[in-house]
Amino acid sequence: MDRDATDDLLAQVRDAATRGVALRIVGGDTKRFYGRAIDGVPLVTRGHTGIVRHDPAELVLTARGGTPLAEVEARLAAHGQRLPFEPPHFGTDATLGGTVAAGLAGPARAWAGPLRDYVLGVRVLTGNGRVLRFGGEVMKNVAGYDVARLMAGSLGVLGVLLDVSLKVLPRAAAERTMALELDEAQALEHVASLARSALPLSASNWIDGRLYLRFEGSMATLDAVAARIGGELLPDCGSFWASLREQTHPFFAGEQPLWRCTVPGLAAPLPLENGPLVEWNGMQRWYRCAAGATACDAAAAAGGHATLFRQVCTTEEVFTPLAAPLLRLHRELKRVFDPAGILNPGRMYAGV
Amino acid sequence: MTPDPALLRDLRAALGADAVLVSAEACAPFECDALTAHRRRPDVVVLPSTADQVQSVLRACRHHGTPVVARGAGTGLSGGSLPVAGGVLLVLARLNQILEVDPRRRLARVQPGVTNLEISGAAAPHGLYYAPDPSSQVACTIGGNVAENSGGVHCLKHGLTIHNLLEIRVVTIDGELLVLGSETGEAPGLPLLALLTGSEGMLGVVVEATVRLKPLPERVELLMAAFGDVRRCADAVGRVIASGIVPAGLEMMDAPAMRAAEAFARCGYPVDAEALLLCELDGLPHDVERDLQAVEVLLRDCGATALRIAVDAAERQRMWSGRKSAFPAVGRLAPDYFCMDGTIPRRHLADVLQRIGELSQAAGLPVANVFHAGDGNLHPLILFDAGEPGAVERAEQLGAEILELCVAVGGTVTGEHGVGVEKLGPMCTQFGSGELEAFHAVKRAFDPDGLLNPGKAVPTLARCADYGAMRVHGGKLPFSHLPRF
Repeated sequence: MDRDATDDLLAQVRDAATRGVALRIVGGDTKRFYGRAIDGVPLVTRGHTGIVRHDPAELVLTARGGTPLAEVEARLAAHGQRLPFEPPHFGTDATLGGTVAAGLAGPARAWAGPLRDYVLGVRVLTGNGRVLRFGGEVMKNVAGYDVARLMAGSLGVLGVLLDVSLKVLPRAAAERTMALELDEAQALEHVASLARSALPLSASNWIDGRLYLRFEGSMATLDAVAARIGGELLPDCGSFWASLREQTHPFFAGEQPLWRCTVPGLAAPLPLENGPLVEWNGMQRWYRCAAGATACDAAAAAGGHATLFRQVCTTEEVFTPLAAPLLRLHRELKRVFDPAGILNPGRMYAGV
Repeated sequence: MTPDPALLRDLRAALGADAVLVSAEACAPFECDALTAHRRRPDVVVLPSTADQVQSVLRACRHHGTPVVARGAGTGLSGGSLPVAGGVLLVLARLNQILEVDPRRRLARVQPGVTNLEISGAAAPHGLYYAPDPSSQVACTIGGNVAENSGGVHCLKHGLTIHNLLEIRVVTIDGELLVLGSETGEAPGLPLLALLTGSEGMLGVVVEATVRLKPLPERVELLMAAFGDVRRCADAVGRVIASGIVPAGLEMMDAPAMRAAEAFARCGYPVDAEALLLCELDGLPHDVERDLQAVEVLLRDCGATALRIAVDAAERQRMWSGRKSAFPAVGRLAPDYFCMDGTIPRRHLADVLQRIGELSQAAGLPVANVFHAGDGNLHPLILFDAGEPGAVERAEQLGAEILELCVAVGGTVTGEHGVGVEKLGPMCTQFGSGELEAFHAVKRAFDPDGLLNPGKAVPTLARCADYGAMRVHGGKLPFSHLPRF
């Protein structure tokens, strides 16, 4: 489908701004669990949809915010390309705008970099009812502040993403996953040493005494890597990595709170229970523990931070609190783009 | 302008008298960056040695309402560190320590005055390097690189500064220290690291940077291809990228640039060709081998008249030497030149180059093109003689036309050199009043009194109104005494 609903969305935002009504921006509503729980009249972006431009030779794709992520990925795949940060969908209806607003990345994050690295430009509908364009469709662009990248992971608190331009890359010729039997501490060391070699380690995962390593490249390269790495070849590795990306792996099942600890890759195993499932070469570690303070403290002690990623409805803080001057800046920036405070108010922090 | 004595007293108390320069002779070396057409001798230069001292300087400036401009090595190409009247020039050269190089964590933590190349030098014994490589990398500092989001010849594959930054420590105009990003690159809240990167010293002053180090590639190959016409060469760039290969570098030069480089560097370029392509591939041996074969076939298919693969590192270096010395080489062709920095979608390369040729002819000023073709980042060099009456204005006019062309095809007025004072006018072409107002509001969120690097990077709406009027009338109005870039 191809439909430009800018005018509809603009009218709704202007009306809400006039009346001071909070809006909850909804794409596919697949990541409703993420961030602080908020109330608000749904502002549905799904009707603003379609790939605006994709010229494979440019390595750039521009699409409307409501375009299904699956449609974007299918278009890229048809041209041998991909979104290198492997974004999670968390449901069939995930949209491109929601993906960028959530700013999440999948198993390839440590290899490919975060989503933010691939944002080239945005057209954004701000809370004061203006349609602004930042960045563009070119690889290098330092004209003006990088407001486009500021939108990556902004949870809709600054604006509604109308169009997004992303850098895309060719798919790897081939992938192969090897599994090694190692305990957590050994696995963290091993994966760090692989990451500083020139080997094309495109993802890693450790759970229950097994380290899974995904490599990409030409078949000849993969043969050479396999000989160097050893371990057991994992058949059907695509579905394994998809189960991590989409959190359909059994580790993620059940109702207990899910904590995401982001710590330096070589940080020693954290003193937490019910986990971990380790991703991103040790930088992302998941736990199913109830006590938030414990997870936050453990992550902070290791030089990182913790996020209450999935929870049964809560009004408590889900992100690590910011230092006071940083929180003040967040509130100031919120006022710049959304002076009436109507877009996803409080989704990130109180007042943001 | 005589500096405020109370301000000087505070600065001397914080830094010591020897780190506060006020005499004309001492301040003179800081009057411009690499955009030498713009000069203003600073009234006060301060040389802090610690992040604490930077905080004190900014607090003092805030307290006294004094503008302050941060400066690294002064290699910027857009006048970003040009001193402002009545202001303090904050020189970060003494914060030049590499605090940490950790091969296990693949990172380096450095002070802002450390040069780009020093980082790679310190990482090299561990088989690692810092990827962004602006042409000034021997002199430019990492603080300046963050402020400009510097690129280089290897951006397409290895990224800009922002893609290789993990954490920065930034001092605000209030003197507060912010930590943005983290060792993992992930941090709670908005991605302010990205907002600050490339903000040209308008939002804060970088006092420390933690950068990602990459493993040195196991194999590197450089291929040089000559073409009988520019269009074929430009089309070949798109074909290489579309084939699914991401070269480490993909650089193009037209005949004037190539011939100047050859005369300068004696690097073996085919001077009878009309365009030259340098394609560097890096990675694991099998992958590089496969890509090299594919690129070779592809370039022949695109009409390359000669192909040469560097046989060893020495030849590779020689081939690069011409490209890397292209600016000074072209500089010998005329008394003066302006270096433009537009980026365009690659599909328009051939048309834009042709149009630049037409504009050049119409203006009666030669243009040499040497650029990062893989990124679509053009560096047209406009040659002129400032001694010739009206030549500067004609060159500026031609530059503005080229940048407007870049914007018209969906590009930008600056890919990597920054806006500074040079491109304030062209910014009005690229952005509308809504975006410019948002930029000013972002600036106020960090710096309510507008003390950090005032007047740079984002034009005022009034200036854009003037610029619009000037553009309408072309170069015919007698406005040439006004600084327009």
